[in-house]
Amino acid sequence: MRARPRLADGTGPVLVVLLVLLVALAFAGPAYAEPSGYLALLKRAAPLVVLAVGQYFVIASGGFDLSVGSLVTAEVVVAARLVDGDDANTWWVIASLLGCGLLVGLVNGLITTKLLVPSFIVTLGMLLVLDGAVFLWSGGAPRGALSPSFRVLGRGSADVGVLGQVPWSVVVLLVVVVAAAWFMRSGTGRMLLAVGDNENVVRLAGGRVDRLRLLAFVLSALLASVAAILLAGFAGVSAQVGEGLEFRAITAVVLGGVLLGGGRGSVVAAAAGALSLEALFSLLNLLGVSGALESAVQGVIIIAAVAYAAHGAGLRRMLRRPVPHPA
Amino acid sequence: MSVTHVTQGVEHPVAVVRLEGIEKSFFGVQVLRGVNLSLRAGEVHALVGENGAGKSTLLKVLAGVHRPDSGRIVVRDEEVSFAAPRDAQAAGIAIIHQEFTLLEHRTVAENVFLGREPVRRGQVDRRALETETRRLLDWLGEDGIEPGTEVARLSVARKQVVEIVKALSADARVLAMDEPTAALADNEVELLYGLVRRLRDRGIAILYVSHRMREVFDLSSRITVLKDGALVTCAPTADLDADQVVRHMVGRPLEALYPERASRPGAVRIALRGAGNERVRNLTFDVRAGEVVGLAGLQGSGRSAIARAIWGVEPFTTGTVELDGVPTRVTGPRTAVRKGIGYVTEDRKGEGLALRQSVRDNTLLVRRAACRGAVARQTADLTRLLGEVGVIARGPHQEVRYLSGGNQQKVVLGKWLAVRPRVLIVDEPTRGVDVGAKQALYRLLRDLADDGMAILMVSSELPELIGMSDRILVMHEGALAGELPAGADEEAVMGLATGHGAVA
Repeated sequence: MRARPRLADGTGPVLVVLLVLLVALAFAGPAYAEPSGYLALLKRAAPLVVLAVGQYFVIASGGFDLSVGSLVTAEVVVAARLVDGDDANTWWVIASLLGCGLLVGLVNGLITTKLLVPSFIVTLGMLLVLDGAVFLWSGGAPRGALSPSFRVLGRGSADVGVLGQVPWSVVVLLVVVVAAAWFMRSGTGRMLLAVGDNENVVRLAGGRVDRLRLLAFVLSALLASVAAILLAGFAGVSAQVGEGLEFRAITAVVLGGVLLGGGRGSVVAAAAGALSLEALFSLLNLLGVSGALESAVQGVIIIAAVAYAAHGAGLRRMLRRPVPHPA
Repeated sequence: MSVTHVTQGVEHPVAVVRLEGIEKSFFGVQVLRGVNLSLRAGEVHALVGENGAGKSTLLKVLAGVHRPDSGRIVVRDEEVSFAAPRDAQAAGIAIIHQEFTLLEHRTVAENVFLGREPVRRGQVDRRALETETRRLLDWLGEDGIEPGTEVARLSVARKQVVEIVKALSADARVLAMDEPTAALADNEVELLYGLVRRLRDRGIAILYVSHRMREVFDLSSRITVLKDGALVTCAPTADLDADQVVRHMVGRPLEALYPERASRPGAVRIALRGAGNERVRNLTFDVRAGEVVGLAGLQGSGRSAIARAIWGVEPFTTGTVELDGVPTRVTGPRTAVRKGIGYVTEDRKGEGLALRQSVRDNTLLVRRAACRGAVARQTADLTRLLGEVGVIARGPHQEVRYLSGGNQQKVVLGKWLAVRPRVLIVDEPTRGVDVGAKQALYRLLRDLADDGMAILMVSSELPELIGMSDRILVMHEGALAGELPAGADEEAVMGLATGHGAVA
């Protein structure tokens, strides 16, 4: 038996995909000749990576969270109105956005676990509710403006000694990914995966399945709020800012080899999936492919990734071919 | 390599199919080790072996479902290779599975010729369909079945006949029957015997897979015994008796399977006083530290219901339960676990293991699920735990679905040992586990009892129950029918279990 560094199952392929895309970018665009190009990519990808990490928790535990896109929109629109361009409002508004996220996550999670409505339906309903609420409240055109201090997180940079200027959003991204990876190594994280695999076993072992599920939804909504804060700063205020982000996050997670239905996959792979997706879109952009194709590309990826997961074992065996039988 | 002494009979010239030196492994586990098997026209050849001995894998190799890693398949002196079940069918080999492959709402004739219907002027020729089906039924001497009858209206035994006719209609010369009596009522078994004999007399080669000695000796002319994937013996039935066959299957005298019993039970660990719910009533018994108490009874007699009630899945509604002398109300698995009760459920894959998670995560599952703080985070003793239960895996990070049944069950036990319960309930602890692992599990349960655990063992395998238990409680229709001492005989247990009164 040969020892090898342990990557969580399924992390390998997405890292290869990511590497290929990053190398391709270097060939495709002069901007990627220097590290700053990649740093800009990371900065751009930060909101999606954060969303994908949140989505990962829900998918790994056996659910879906379709509400994150409209939650992002709602929070950006609300933030602009409440901050109203005044720096003094920045911090309490950020705190209340996180509070809103917490609330939405709790509602999603409680309805799923207590009323036994499938999460797909609950969060789809939440998507529509939030969409409607935003439209009602803003009348279609968001009012107000964000303060400069609010926008720093999304577009500003921090001075990090030898590394020079590192965008705040990249700092947030790293903190989120490291914290999530650490969490998934903890007992609670392992239980979350076990719930997605076979919730009976966890329940019969004395575990609190409902609480674990609830936790996943709360984490997802909280991270969606973080993504909203980053995105507001980066992209500005509009009523379309979060459109389609839920599917993009799901695509990213699936691309990371996480099994739909739960029980398998690593959070680092999900984050790498998000980064790959963003890198792919940048590459297509550089190659002059119309942005209109983005959603089509995303559709193909999500189907291909799930098909690969379904037939993965067989495909891998075909590719690997006969290993001479053990002596 | 295990020792195999092959006493091959004189090779008859008309072997229809020969399997030679078949080897097969899955995920690095060798399931078949150089197995030979020949089937002659007009013989019933019995294939026996314990669960996990490799019978079904061998059957699947014969059926073209699995490709052997090495070895030859020879059909009528010609070497063949099956890429798919279709190829095996074309070579005249048909498998009759325990589950039928019939469409319930079509007629007998339609099922027999499904996908191969005779066609006349672009339409299915219904008359030819029925005539041909009737001819086959007559040939078999099964004139009680009408070709035009809807399959859903036939008895299980007759569905089996249809399944066989379907194979014959595709020119099968070899029929492999996998536990054909498993689904049959007792009075239908005789009908099957007649059918098998008629098939034999008409020159069909029959491979009869069963673990019921009576059938094997009633029907077969040769017996092949597999153990741990290797051929132990192949001999004419006339040269063997049932004891010899069982010894070959098990590979060791049965007495050695069970460890020595404890001599001195300790204090009462769990006591039921008039406990009952919708499924069981008025239960009063104790289990002491150091004891293995067997719980016997027919299916549905309330054996498992007791286990589930003690554990709080479907709690008792009347009476009391005392743990170490303290009256305790268990309202769900979580309280049960925290009060020191462990439960190895009957359904290992559905309730015992998260199959895609690692050995490590499954072993730590109960501790993480039910404990708090530092205890929940403790992982340092993992290696000791896995060693104690004797799990053989490629490492703690291997997913448990790749383990054998025996090793999976050891992981389930390890999961409970991680929280050191005072009372351990085990429900069918060795189901689907090979003999070697069985012995290890028995040893482990006995060691746990010797360490002061109180063990309540539910099992429908009487030899195991009798071999392991210090006392046997027998259930009949939701109530306790009686208690028997260690080493009681099977008749005594069955007498109580079937309600034929207590032993004298």
